[in-house]
Amino acid sequence: MREGVTDMSARIQQIHHMGLWVCIVVGVIVFGAMFYTMFAHRRSRHPVPATFSHSTLVEIVWTTIPVLILVGMAIPAAIALRDIENNEDSDMTVVITASQWKWHYRYLETDISYYSNITTPDEQIYNLEPKDEHYLLDADNPLVLPTNKKIRFLVTSDDVIHSWWVPDFAVKQDAIPGFINEAWTIVPTPGTYRGQCTELCGQGHGFMPIVVEVRPEAEFDQWIEDQRIAAELAGGAAVAARAKTWTMDELMPIGQETFLKHCATCHERDGMGQGTKYPALSGSAIATGEMADHLERVMNGVADTEMQAWAPQLSDLEIAAVITYERNSWANSTGDIIQPITVYKAR
Amino acid sequence: MVAHAETVHANRHPLIAFASRWLFTTNHKEIGSLYLWLSLTLFFIAGGMAMVIRLELFEPGIQFVEPEFYNQVLTLHGLIMVFGAVMPAFVGLANWLIPMMIGAPDMALPRMNNFSFWILPFAFTMLLSSLFMEGGAPNFGWTFYAPLSTTYGPPSTDFFILGVHLMGISSIMGAINIIITIVNLRAPGMTYMRMPLFVWTWFITAFLLIMVMPVLAGVVTMMLTDRHFGTSFFEASGGGDPVMFQHIFWFFGHPEVYIMILPGFGIASQIIPTFSRKKLFGYSSMVWATVSIAFLSFIVWGHHMFTTGMPVATELFFMFATMLIAVPTGVKVFNWVATMWRGSITFETPMLFAIGFVMMFTIGGFSGLMLALVPADFQYHDTFFVVAHFHYVLYPGAIFGTMAAVYYWLPKWCGHMYDERLGKIHFWTATFAVNLTFFPMHFTGLAGMPRRIPDYSLQFADFNMVSSVGAGLLGLTQVLFLYIVIKTIRGGVKATDQVWEGAVGLEWTIPSPAPHHTFETPPEIVEGRAY
Repeated sequence: MREGVTDMSARIQQIHHMGLWVCIVVGVIVFGAMFYTMFAHRRSRHPVPATFSHSTLVEIVWTTIPVLILVGMAIPAAIALRDIENNEDSDMTVVITASQWKWHYRYLETDISYYSNITTPDEQIYNLEPKDEHYLLDADNPLVLPTNKKIRFLVTSDDVIHSWWVPDFAVKQDAIPGFINEAWTIVPTPGTYRGQCTELCGQGHGFMPIVVEVRPEAEFDQWIEDQRIAAELAGGAAVAARAKTWTMDELMPIGQETFLKHCATCHERDGMGQGTKYPALSGSAIATGEMADHLERVMNGVADTEMQAWAPQLSDLEIAAVITYERNSWANSTGDIIQPITVYKAR
Repeated sequence: MVAHAETVHANRHPLIAFASRWLFTTNHKEIGSLYLWLSLTLFFIAGGMAMVIRLELFEPGIQFVEPEFYNQVLTLHGLIMVFGAVMPAFVGLANWLIPMMIGAPDMALPRMNNFSFWILPFAFTMLLSSLFMEGGAPNFGWTFYAPLSTTYGPPSTDFFILGVHLMGISSIMGAINIIITIVNLRAPGMTYMRMPLFVWTWFITAFLLIMVMPVLAGVVTMMLTDRHFGTSFFEASGGGDPVMFQHIFWFFGHPEVYIMILPGFGIASQIIPTFSRKKLFGYSSMVWATVSIAFLSFIVWGHHMFTTGMPVATELFFMFATMLIAVPTGVKVFNWVATMWRGSITFETPMLFAIGFVMMFTIGGFSGLMLALVPADFQYHDTFFVVAHFHYVLYPGAIFGTMAAVYYWLPKWCGHMYDERLGKIHFWTATFAVNLTFFPMHFTGLAGMPRRIPDYSLQFADFNMVSSVGAGLLGLTQVLFLYIVIKTIRGGVKATDQVWEGAVGLEWTIPSPAPHHTFETPPEIVEGRAY
């Protein structure tokens, strides 16, 4: 087990080592006895078997000794557990919301929030390009945390059960719809720490990396300030996007980028989908039918399926672009263009 | 009786005669064989699925199967191994052996016995047919956590639910039959504390089955009503509770893992004394250790759920209760060692498999103890460390136990000795391959590789490749097992009635091969002799 970077992960590693060494010592004794008897008491050396078959004293001894060893192991584990579950006195809180197959982070105090998606390209996953160092473990928007602060995580889910795990922090907490679970960490060293979803959550389960960037406090404060400004700028850009009338040539590349990032996991790059569960968009009734239905489907999703509501996740421009892209790609050639302002009004 | 049956059916077409013999048989030996062949068939099917999994994990990247199909294969591998390979194998052994060991003419309820077997081929056909359905097979893991299996499950989930119901009915009927047989049909003088350990462990296992299979039936029924009848047992948006699913599932699931190992304990307790030429050490403590393990298995289910946000007090309770299981399990291992101690040991294939069982099961027990430590479990949970743990318990445990039993009793069943040289080759290659496959999983898990992922980051590549090579070899060794079994049935050195010089028990007093009907009059149980 890795030692990790927090005090708690180091303590947990010690408990792991304690358990491991107890097992090794007991194992050496028991297996040693077995190998000895297999050697010394095989028929060629020991032709006449003994006849004993019971000893109350021995039974009591080998019941009592394990109990004592177990008590010795349980005490430090119980004390560590008490400390792990002490979520009080935190300095800041991050709400982690899982959904298929991405993470959403919200800083409770400053109300900054964003999604974090895998960035490993399909070309690497399908072995068309060499895999880079952080294959499957890279995300577009890492969770940014300050050093030496007690950070409380509130973990929940929008759809199925996921689990948020960063091995270096020794924090693993299930994200369960309808529940808000707590966990905490204090990270003393700046750096980038990586983890993965650890509860089977559908076909994208292996592609839900967690990336945490821990920065010194001053840099973290600066980052928070940058996020505020960026949010304002994005608001401005959204207003500008609404004001503009976009052409097909402008929308298509944005739409393709958005499609490959968010939609192609299920509907596939060629728009052919995967059977009935993830329907084909190429030639589909919705992607070639009424624009209003198509917009409604993309914005609000389909209840109780993997088709999510994208309205809260994507900008007006991205939604407009991706719908335009879907209606004019593969076998679809409706020639339809939808403007960001239409999306904005539909919100 | 046999002659009578033949005259009645003499004018039938041989194929119809063959089919009706096996379809309508109520003979415990024939039904035992049916169970064992079904189990072996499903073992190869689910083993083939394991090959698909290991092939995909051979290297990083997606090479052979899409993630969606990978999840389906992974789910069916688990379900079929648990419900199709391990459980029917043990029921098959119980059918063959329990009446012969307690001096009974047959199982107490022979027609129900027939029924409980013949449900199973239909259940598994239904489950496997889901692979060819629109939307694919169940893809949510053998633990089928809601809401992934309810709201988000593929349409074939309903076939899975019905299949699980059928398996459950079959298991419950089988368990009732075993309990009634043991309670009522013991030969006069065969008191409870004279029963062979295999009979004892199955007796306790049968009670576990009766207690937990209805719980499983309940949870899949709740899934069914959630999916189709508007209930919200596990649907948070309707006021339901996805964590309750896990509580109910593991209340079934934890005793289930003991259902899959206790008969193996019984097998080891039969074989080790035979080849040590010495009585089993601490018979009564073995019985009581089994009873305590069975009892504890009902109060530890929460250790599968430490990361779901349980209160500290609950976590502590489940941690302590789980650690306690190490005590009776340890007693069993110590008793086996003490049985061998100062015996006169020989190493025929059944003995090799039994010793392999004890040693590697103990390794699985060690990792189980480590998993019980809650703080460490936060790091182990749902990683390959867990995969290594339960495969060590199940493969060299349940599967090696079954194979030890087959080598041990096959001469009694078919009247021929197996090929000792091939049996030894099978044992050594299988042992090597099991460790090559599953030991590296400890390391990948500790390094941080989650389970149930179709693709992994580069740091885990080396150990995964080793595991995959081991798995391929392991699959091949089981083809050798099939060959050995068929070869033995078709011919070979004639087995004596006693078969093994050190064997004790009623099954060794009847001829080899065991005649169609045995103990039509109860045998005499001699005071002071061990059975």
